Amino acid sequence: MKLGLVIDLDTCVGCHACAVACKQWNTSGTTGPLTDYDPYGENPAGVWFNRIRSYEVDDYPNNKTVNTPMSCMHCDDAACVTVCPTGASYKREEDGIVLVDQSKCMGCNLCAWACPYGARELDEDSGVMKKCTLCVDRIYDEALPVEERQPACVMTCPTSARFFGDFDDPNSEVSTLVRERSGYAMMPEVGYNPVNKYLPPRQRPKAPTIEKKEAATGQTLIGKWMKRQKDAFNDFGKGAR
Amino acid sequence: MHPALSVIFFTVTAGAGYGVLFLLGISRLTGLTPEASPDQATVMGLVGLALVTAGLISSTFHLANPKNAWRSFVRFRTSWLSREAVFAVLFYPLCLIWLACDWFMGNTALTVVLGLLTALFCVVILVCTGMIYAQLKTIRQWHTALTPVNFVLLGLLLGALILGFMLASQNLPLSRLVSVALGLVIISALAKVIYFYWIGQPAGPTINTALGFTRATVRLLDVGNSSDTFHNKEFGYQVDKVKLIWLRAISLTLMAVLPLLLISGVFGPVGSIALLIAVLSAYAGVFVERWLFFAEARHVVNLYHGFQRT
Ligand code: SF4
Ligand code: SF4
Repeated sequence: MKLGLVIDLDTCVGCHACAVACKQWNTSGTTGPLTDYDPYGENPAGVWFNRIRSYEVDDYPNNKTVNTPMSCMHCDDAACVTVCPTGASYKREEDGIVLVDQSKCMGCNLCAWACPYGARELDEDSGVMKKCTLCVDRIYDEALPVEERQPACVMTCPTSARFFGDFDDPNSEVSTLVRERSGYAMMPEVGYNPVNKYLPPRQRPKAPTIEKKEAATGQTLIGKWMKRQKDAFNDFGKGAR
Repeated sequence: MHPALSVIFFTVTAGAGYGVLFLLGISRLTGLTPEASPDQATVMGLVGLALVTAGLISSTFHLANPKNAWRSFVRFRTSWLSREAVFAVLFYPLCLIWLACDWFMGNTALTVVLGLLTALFCVVILVCTGMIYAQLKTIRQWHTALTPVNFVLLGLLLGALILGFMLASQNLPLSRLVSVALGLVIISALAKVIYFYWIGQPAGPTINTALGFTRATVRLLDVGNSSDTFHNKEFGYQVDKVKLIWLRAISLTLMAVLPLLLISGVFGPVGSIALLIAVLSAYAGVFVERWLFFAEARHVVNLYHGFQRT
């Protein structure tokens, strides 16, 4: 098994609900708490497993807002595991989930330095490294109804932009989505082979803008006539070939 | 990267200690310290070991959870930090046995062999320290063979100057050691200049490859957090360009130019005063160099925080 997430950048609206659900579930989960150092104060910094950033892609008038939720990609070639001297950071054989054993970590930060995706955050309070567990304490919990055995972020997403499943199974929902929607990995050139994939925004026609309307209607009669002649001239003889 | 003083002090000081012990280790064979009596050699070795120990103690201040530090020996097979830890611990008995042999038995074949073994360990440990940084594909300013080369050269340079000072203050002949130090000053300054040139070349991932939008411009709109994060504190460190250039010049002057002038005899005969100044200057220069090594490193996660390239 190779468990991971697919995130649809076309439908994500950047509401941060997944990050909040993650924090709520995991703060009392196996690697909790997700400490906040100054929760009600000036600078409420703290540990999150999932962060959402928003970007503007391309230039006006083709620009688009893209929201990118990012958590651990549970990489196939995870250097965060091999650099760890204590053996606290490990990747599970059976399902590929990358975890930190809180009782072994010495808080050297080396794994966080090795991660290209910013998925690991040191808990300054307990002095150990924390990261996304893919809700390992939900997805196998037989006390939960089958449809709820999914990561908290996937359960909560209001636009259903997140999918959880087994990438080793070619017919799983995640594999199908990646195949049909050209799912891709972020920063592949670093060579970590991240398992999580992102679905690119769909291509849509440009939304009409004021400039375009003016360009369409603002022409003089004589200009339109000249353009018609020019087009006819350019098209002349094309059919013959 | 955030330049943590504990790590800078550790790498510079322990590096200097390993440098001293490397040169002492090969000195019986190469005649670097002729006429040093067993007593004198042992004391100089203990000074080197003291530097190493001060550095190692400082390194534990960097750990957020030092009570688990003993576990760092288990991933020897894959982790350079683990290898460094294992070798650093094995180093102590080896080095102490060698120094004891030297002290009790003087210059015998066994002493020479143990000395060479200790010297080998010194280089291996310095390479391990360099590789902790050089193995990280996420930081292109570190991910280069120049990193371990640099750690070894600067450790040996400081070691040579310190050993030279110790010889001079005991009125022992030091002409060979000074030639070695001269060579080290020149090579390590060259290596550093090549490094500065090399990291100036644009390379590595960009904001486009980081997000997968390679056919259009990408700009950060909202980083998603309103207060500090681990990423800002650890990876967000930045120094302005002008300050960087000044610091590079200061570091090269202190670690190479001034010691070069002092030990090449430009300011008169090379005595213990000249060597003391050279040691202090080079130590300060390498300290600045190590600070820059961290401050100039730009982790790829910064791309997600709006950097166009690293
Ligand atoms: S995303 Fe980072 S923390 Fe997660 S497996 Fe990959 S390298 Fe490790
Ligand atoms: S911080 Fe903890 S998990 Fe990460 S490399 Fe160090 S010991 Fe391993």
